Amino acid sequence: MARIDQRALKRVGLGGALLVVLALTLTGCGPEPQSAMLPASDFAQALQDLFSNIFWWAVGVFVVVEGALIYALVKFRDRPENEEAAQFHGHTLLEIAWTLAPALILVAIFIPTAQLIFQVDQPPENADEAVQVQVVGNQWWWRFNYPELGITTANEMHLPVDRQVELELTSNDVIHSYWVPRLGGKRDVFPGRNTYLWFTPDSTGTYVGACAEYCGTSHALMKTRVVVQDSADFQQWVERQKQPAEAPTDSLAQAGRDVFMRVCIACHTVEGTPAQSEIGPALTHVDSRQTIAAGILENTPENMARWLRNPQQVKPGNKMQIPQLSEDQIEALVAYMETLD
Amino acid sequence: MATVTTEAAGTPVTDVEHEQSFLRKYVFSTDHKVIGVQFLITSLLFLLFGGLLALLIRWQIAAPGEPIPLIGGLFPEAMAPSGIMLPEFYNSLVTMHGTFMVFFAIMPLLVGVFANFLIPLQIGARDMAFPRLNMASFWLAFAAGLIMLAGFLVEGGAAGAGWTSYAPLSANPEYTGVSLGQQLWCVSLVVLGLSSIAGSVNYITTVINNRAEGMTWFRLPLSVWSLFITAILALLALPILSGAVIMLLFDQTLGTQFFLQSGGGQPLLWQHLFWFFGHPEVYILILPAMGIASEVIANGSRKPIFGYKSMVFAMVAISFLGFIVWGHHMFQSGMNPTLGTSFMISTLVIAVPSAIKTFNWMGTMWRGNIQLRTSNLFGIGFVMLFVIGGLSGIYMASTPVDVYIHDTYYIVAHIHYVLFGGSLFAIFAGIYYWFPKMFGRMMSETVGKIHFALTFVFFNLAFLPMHEVGLGGMMRRIYDASNYQYLQDMQGLNEFISWSALGLFLVGLIFAGNFIYGMLWGEEAEANPWNANTLEWQTPSPAKHGNWVTLPTVYHGAYEYSHPEVSDKDWLAQNERPEVVTPYEGEPEGAGSTDVAPAGAG
Repeated sequence: MARIDQRALKRVGLGGALLVVLALTLTGCGPEPQSAMLPASDFAQALQDLFSNIFWWAVGVFVVVEGALIYALVKFRDRPENEEAAQFHGHTLLEIAWTLAPALILVAIFIPTAQLIFQVDQPPENADEAVQVQVVGNQWWWRFNYPELGITTANEMHLPVDRQVELELTSNDVIHSYWVPRLGGKRDVFPGRNTYLWFTPDSTGTYVGACAEYCGTSHALMKTRVVVQDSADFQQWVERQKQPAEAPTDSLAQAGRDVFMRVCIACHTVEGTPAQSEIGPALTHVDSRQTIAAGILENTPENMARWLRNPQQVKPGNKMQIPQLSEDQIEALVAYMETLD
Repeated sequence: MATVTTEAAGTPVTDVEHEQSFLRKYVFSTDHKVIGVQFLITSLLFLLFGGLLALLIRWQIAAPGEPIPLIGGLFPEAMAPSGIMLPEFYNSLVTMHGTFMVFFAIMPLLVGVFANFLIPLQIGARDMAFPRLNMASFWLAFAAGLIMLAGFLVEGGAAGAGWTSYAPLSANPEYTGVSLGQQLWCVSLVVLGLSSIAGSVNYITTVINNRAEGMTWFRLPLSVWSLFITAILALLALPILSGAVIMLLFDQTLGTQFFLQSGGGQPLLWQHLFWFFGHPEVYILILPAMGIASEVIANGSRKPIFGYKSMVFAMVAISFLGFIVWGHHMFQSGMNPTLGTSFMISTLVIAVPSAIKTFNWMGTMWRGNIQLRTSNLFGIGFVMLFVIGGLSGIYMASTPVDVYIHDTYYIVAHIHYVLFGGSLFAIFAGIYYWFPKMFGRMMSETVGKIHFALTFVFFNLAFLPMHEVGLGGMMRRIYDASNYQYLQDMQGLNEFISWSALGLFLVGLIFAGNFIYGMLWGEEAEANPWNANTLEWQTPSPAKHGNWVTLPTVYHGAYEYSHPEVSDKDWLAQNERPEVVTPYEGEPEGAGSTDVAPAGAG
């Protein structure tokens, strides 16, 4: 709270204090690791550069206009000794000047902006060499298909570093918006039409993101992440994901598989088994993911059990409406999920 | 003080003071002033309600998952079991806060109140052109408000698809779990649309036809100009909303598929229709505020408005451009870059007339005698905060930057700088300024100044940090940010914002106290307490039914303050006979010339 109080003090004041805050805003102020102020792709870097450009124009205008207002307010205050106010109705030259000045500033903002629009909103030259990923938004999780690689996964996208990426986005239900602040987006995701996003991640790491367009009850629980890897690690991941699930050997996991084939089969896919439904996320390699339930729970046996015990409590309104499972069934299912690595 | 000169030509009045029953006088009144006050009181109540919704939202953001303090036990299971807010309830709160503030607080406060109250008084008419239509307009708006409120009482709760109600989320009850509430939202807005259309027709007709003798177009106060232009905007824009909302209602209830992709409909069509209404709506919410600010700043600076005609043309330009910028709300919808660039250009161009207006207000203050009464403080506060709202808007106009800030708290900060710092500050200015004319009594200036100072401080404390929260990556409309690790650093800031919002709300209660006290026990007001030129001040406070004993004749523009030829006072009423003044040579162009003969009015 100490930090806040200090900020509060700074802000209780006039124009000068406001400027301090604007300066804080520019620097991104504080460790917000997903801020676009820390770009990790060409796309995010370009946005940041343009932002800074506009920021300084805005600061200039802010200082001049608010400064002049405060000056006028102090200087021309009504005082008893004042004569009657001056009477003038306008000043043509001045009015032309202050019509042109903002127009020129806007031209200065327009030029770099227009250049960038055409850079980020249409396919890049090397689009045909890009890694293709289809992104499908659902209430409230993300499906990722890699059509060239034959992989389907959910909520966690893996990408190779320094390679162009083309995301083709669509939705199964309502409008969502795909946003990974440090890499790219946001881009709205519509049912019945495709939108696209192109970027090239420039450093390895895990980047979190979310749905940015309000999409219903659990909109706040629709997270996503992107794991950017060097090409060897990425290749390894791809090979692993292409494999069908191995049949469980341990008896508890086998019991879990039996429960799965009775209950979960209606909505989920596990490659190599009869479970092929696409209503929910594909679970062929669910244990290889860092999180479950669209990024809101760490992928641990405890959390998996918590989810299976009451998915509606973890993510209100989601489509997973299953009969209440017994603790034995849950234990078995968790064991089965752990074999899906 | 010269006495008011009203014995100029005009038709004598026969029915000024006839007896009316209580019901005819205060409830089903056709008097534009009573209707204005009816709008004022109901809209202030809706404003209070919208503020309460905002506090509940801020509670959830500051303390997600903790029971609502004090009133938590009052909520039913379906909203907040044991005081802990359900996500569905939070989403309804967000939706209804926006809906009530935009449609039932700010819009009627600006248009319903000031257009009704000011237009006939300021143009020198006895009433609106269609008084009964005017009454219908109020009661339709009132009914619409009740229908909207009813959403909270029905099964499934109030509408929960956001105040923008994007389809298909809003079109199919399966997606939100809200069925009847969503339909009530649609019905309410259709009824409100009828009210607004009826009102607009009336304002436009009245300004064109009922101006007093000598009240030429360029002698009109800027408040009337702004309300006239706003009425045209509303008349053109509201039917679009009504049409879209009816289509949405059909999708919800009759099984049509206008916005549902499953039946060949197009979800994006809703956004086009909504924003084709919605962006002119933004200017419906700001132009009257600009008009009010022009009145109080010129009066408070004791100087003619700087660049009267450029003020008018700037408003015309803004309203025209306002119709061709709607696409900037949809920059992230995968828009073709050429189209995006076009929308960006039209959006940036709007900054030019807005800048002209700002500089003209400054020019009006320059070398004036600025009197810091409450109305003027709110007027100048409006200009200062509108500048911030305008500048933050440039970031959104710049499409690629908007990619980042779209749908974040940066947008929330921006809209509040424009709608609260802009519109609502001007509304406060207008209420403090015209209160004596409305109620015949004065509000306390001392309490008013305290109200201004605290509002200004708490407003900035609440909304300035929101820019930072947005840039930090916090999305709008998320009921629980605590599961985002990268947003946790900003939790302290969010709590700070919530405390400031509470402060802002409590300061609003100071205003309410001042308002009620002034209305009942305030000092009795003179006819013209601010030494103003415009016609409404040249008739007693409060103005009687019929407004004038004899209709005024207008000889001057609205802003002849500190006229060099008038020595005994620094103002010159619009209807003051010209022999009081010797017309002088070299009158600069701009606000009304001091023609000797009254020019014909339309």
